[in-house]
Amino acid sequence: MGNDKDGAFQPRMVAFVCNWCTYTGADLAGTSRLTMEPNVRIVRLPCSGRIDPLFVLKAFERGVDGVIVSGCHPGDCHYTSGNLHARRRFAVFHDMLDFLGVEPDRLTFSWVSASEGLKWREIVDDAVERVRALGPFSRFDIHSARGKAEFASEPGRQA
Amino acid sequence: MKELRDLARTLLTDGSVQVVIGWEDGPAGARPAFVTKAEDADRLIFDPRCVHNLAAYLSPRRPHVGRLGKAAVVVKGCDARAVAALLRESQIQREDVVIIGVRCGGVLADPSRRVDLTAENVSERCSGCEAREPGLADHLVGEMPPPPPGERSRETRIEELEAMSAAERSAFWQAEFSRCVRCNACRQVCPLCTCDRCVADKTQPQWIEQSAHERGIFAWQLTRALHHAGRCADCGECARVCPAGIPLGLLNRQAARIVERRFGYRATDDPSIPAPIGAFRSDDGQEFIR
Repeated sequence: MGNDKDGAFQPRMVAFVCNWCTYTGADLAGTSRLTMEPNVRIVRLPCSGRIDPLFVLKAFERGVDGVIVSGCHPGDCHYTSGNLHARRRFAVFHDMLDFLGVEPDRLTFSWVSASEGLKWREIVDDAVERVRALGPFSRFDIHSARGKAEFASEPGRQA
Repeated sequence: MKELRDLARTLLTDGSVQVVIGWEDGPAGARPAFVTKAEDADRLIFDPRCVHNLAAYLSPRRPHVGRLGKAAVVVKGCDARAVAALLRESQIQREDVVIIGVRCGGVLADPSRRVDLTAENVSERCSGCEAREPGLADHLVGEMPPPPPGERSRETRIEELEAMSAAERSAFWQAEFSRCVRCNACRQVCPLCTCDRCVADKTQPQWIEQSAHERGIFAWQLTRALHHAGRCADCGECARVCPAGIPLGLLNRQAARIVERRFGYRATDDPSIPAPIGAFRSDDGQEFIR
């Protein structure tokens, strides 16, 4: 989370992408000189099957406001079926996060191929837009599990 | 009860097993019992206080039980699903265990007192139970008792939560999780937490913070639910042992509902049916992927 020089909220976001499709697609977006929202930092992994839900949780814990997870389209996986295994895990992860009260718009799943630089720009711009509308992710900001109010009520403390 | 004791005595006498894992009377209600001598078979009991899922003692994570020799284990319908999951994941071999199934009419939420089952004191997972007679068993004992009292309260609570806004759900779970002290009782009691080294114990890197802070608690509870999605036997032991009373049954049940809705899988005591996570279909739903 951060604010720009005008004081407007600028989400900090991270994208976990597979090396073979989405990273190459994002690279294509760059070499094609496409301009897009600058809020997203990319982490490159060998396959979407390598993306553990804990990566996403750790990113949220460390202060990002939104996450993009992206890999090859079904059928295109460099390792044949890594993205298909991932799809089942992501489906449960997506639904459980929703059940635990994390807005689904904070986490974007997508398939972006190596030739889809334009789609990557759409995904990024759209994800940043939706997270910007949601505002900062503040669930982990509380200083202790006892809760912010209780913490703030202690003598000499400020929330 | 006599049928169970006679069977245990026979199995121990003829040497087909060296230990019968069942329940016995203890000072604070029923407790797990490890009967190694035929003359001790009369210690065994089965009644609504027998809440414990004894499949946990078959896990290779508990080698001290394995050292007692070949085991016979007494299972309720829900416990049999845990045995099936251990078999499915090759944690145990079918020929290494004798399964004694008991027909079950529900168990108490609080097993310390001997009282009649009512809609108020029955364990929340028992109402509406569809597995009162274990399908996975070498021996089946006891008469079929009447079905457990009460309504399927968990389904109602989950639907109430689903109808809330994300902010309300977030507030609900934050309040529940704030009581978590990260004692890991939910993990220790679970028959399907079979990892030699739990990801929650890893420190380099530390994926899950170990302090009782919202960050670590959220990561732990979500990871626990995800690691058990499509595996959980729904025996309710994690929710029972939680000293903070966190409704873990809701998390487990919701994960099971998701897996059933998306992949058509329901927890079963048939070990030949593969688990849904670790498999895939090319036409799995992907409406959440852009």
